[in-house]
Amino acid sequence: MAEEMRILMRNYGKIDPLNIDDYINAGGYKGLEKARAMSQKDLIAEVQKSGLRGRGGAGFNAGMKWGFSYNTPADQKYVVCNADEGEPGTYKDRLIMENDPQSVLEGMAVCGYAIGSNKGYIYCRGEYPYVVEKLNTAIEQAKAKGVLGDFDIEVRMGAGAYVCGEESALIESIEGHRGEPRFKPPFPPVTGLWGKPTIVNNVETFANIPLILEKGADWFAGIGAKSYPGTKLMTLTGDVANRTFIEVPTDTTIRQVIFDFGGGIPGGKKFKAVQIGGTSGGFIPESLLDTAIDFDSMGAIGATLGSGAVFVMDESRDVVDVINQITKFFEHESCGKCSPCREGTKRMHEMVKYIYSGRGTAADLDLLERLGTVMSKACLCGLGQAAPSPVLTTLQHFKADYTAKFN
Amino acid sequence: MADYKEIVGAYKEVPGGLIEAYHALQREFNYIPEEAVEEAAQIFDIPKAKAYGVATFYSYFKVGKRGKYIIRICESAPCHIAGAAQVVSALEKELGIKMGETTADGLFTLEFTECVGQCQATPVITINSKPYEDLTPDKINAILAEYK
Repeated sequence: MAEEMRILMRNYGKIDPLNIDDYINAGGYKGLEKARAMSQKDLIAEVQKSGLRGRGGAGFNAGMKWGFSYNTPADQKYVVCNADEGEPGTYKDRLIMENDPQSVLEGMAVCGYAIGSNKGYIYCRGEYPYVVEKLNTAIEQAKAKGVLGDFDIEVRMGAGAYVCGEESALIESIEGHRGEPRFKPPFPPVTGLWGKPTIVNNVETFANIPLILEKGADWFAGIGAKSYPGTKLMTLTGDVANRTFIEVPTDTTIRQVIFDFGGGIPGGKKFKAVQIGGTSGGFIPESLLDTAIDFDSMGAIGATLGSGAVFVMDESRDVVDVINQITKFFEHESCGKCSPCREGTKRMHEMVKYIYSGRGTAADLDLLERLGTVMSKACLCGLGQAAPSPVLTTLQHFKADYTAKFN
Repeated sequence: MADYKEIVGAYKEVPGGLIEAYHALQREFNYIPEEAVEEAAQIFDIPKAKAYGVATFYSYFKVGKRGKYIIRICESAPCHIAGAAQVVSALEKELGIKMGETTADGLFTLEFTECVGQCQATPVITINSKPYEDLTPDKINAILAEYK
């Protein structure tokens, strides 16, 4: 039986999250101290060597990203923590922020020192006002203790827009605009918030930083999958016995996640499908469950690790019913800036609804596949590019559910 | 009742302060008064269209009156398969309104929402952002009684 490995959740249930002394007594802020004794270049090299890749879904090497901002001269730079976790079925960033907020602040302060920034923002989703309060308390305590030095952190609250999880849309929102993604390049590490070099990293990415510095890059690089080392915080939902969170090394397989940690399918039913990474993730059939959860292994089977949400469906579930709900979600959440997404998500939901109602034919499935393929290539940002993924992967693995609807 | 000019004005010098100002308005009124949007356009020196554009882009903002208690029901996939639709029917029946409407006494508004990040216990609703988990239609009455 595989075992959990709690790095991010090392303090879970052991410290009072709203008492900074508890965090410091547990070894907190040693990583930042160590970072500040290094040169910025060496620090960035250390983070890069650890192999830590972005935990928000894009999987970019964090140290390399920091290097882009470090190498861009500017009078002001920013560190932004993406706490806009909006992927349905995901609550791992909330867990980190509620249970160990100082680890996020420490990670951000390390990044600030590395790139030469004295100002950080945490963009927390509007659904979490109670988390915002906790973050503000944690920031006040850190300031009072003086642990952050001259690095200032401010919390900004989102207001219910899924697209703001996309980093350039998030930046637009902090600037007080509609949260519409920007054309790229230029990328945020060079031209970001108010046109200045900006590092946007996910909550989980920042929370990994303190221990990487304390224990060293080699320690971290040796955990889990080689190309995507470390642990991943996963949240289990749907038809699974243990609807809970787990933190596991990244070489853990999907089958272990669902059956060992999740306790399998309740009610004596059989497994049918799992969607990983949130609502934009691909659907995975039984035959692929022995895949490791790391970014590259998931990519190789046409799926994603994404946010680490694990949505399990048993044999009684109708895939087309779930896809109908998912396509409705994307129609609602498309920001409307680019036409492939604005029109595509609308038509996609319309077509799935049509098939669901029993009026579809095989020709409609071909059209659906064609639309999805075009969107995945033509949409401006990750939202539109990933939106067709549940449709395309279910057409690939669960076509029988669709054809069963034909009259 | 607080003056919305004062509320919005407090954010004039905050970088990106428009959204912060809208949040402050909603903390006070639970919605954004129509006149406050026009006021915000003046204070931030932006076209009215832009002030409206921002206010209407985000689903948690609402221009114009709504109920004192906003009940949001998640309809994302994990809540959907756990029976969110039955919870919707029970709420509509109990309050005598449809989704998107406000009760005649101005107490409750029903809104759909996407994931609220409490997926360990689906289906979930929130009342003024406070989550209620593992819902079934028979739990609705007792929850609503807390607010009546």
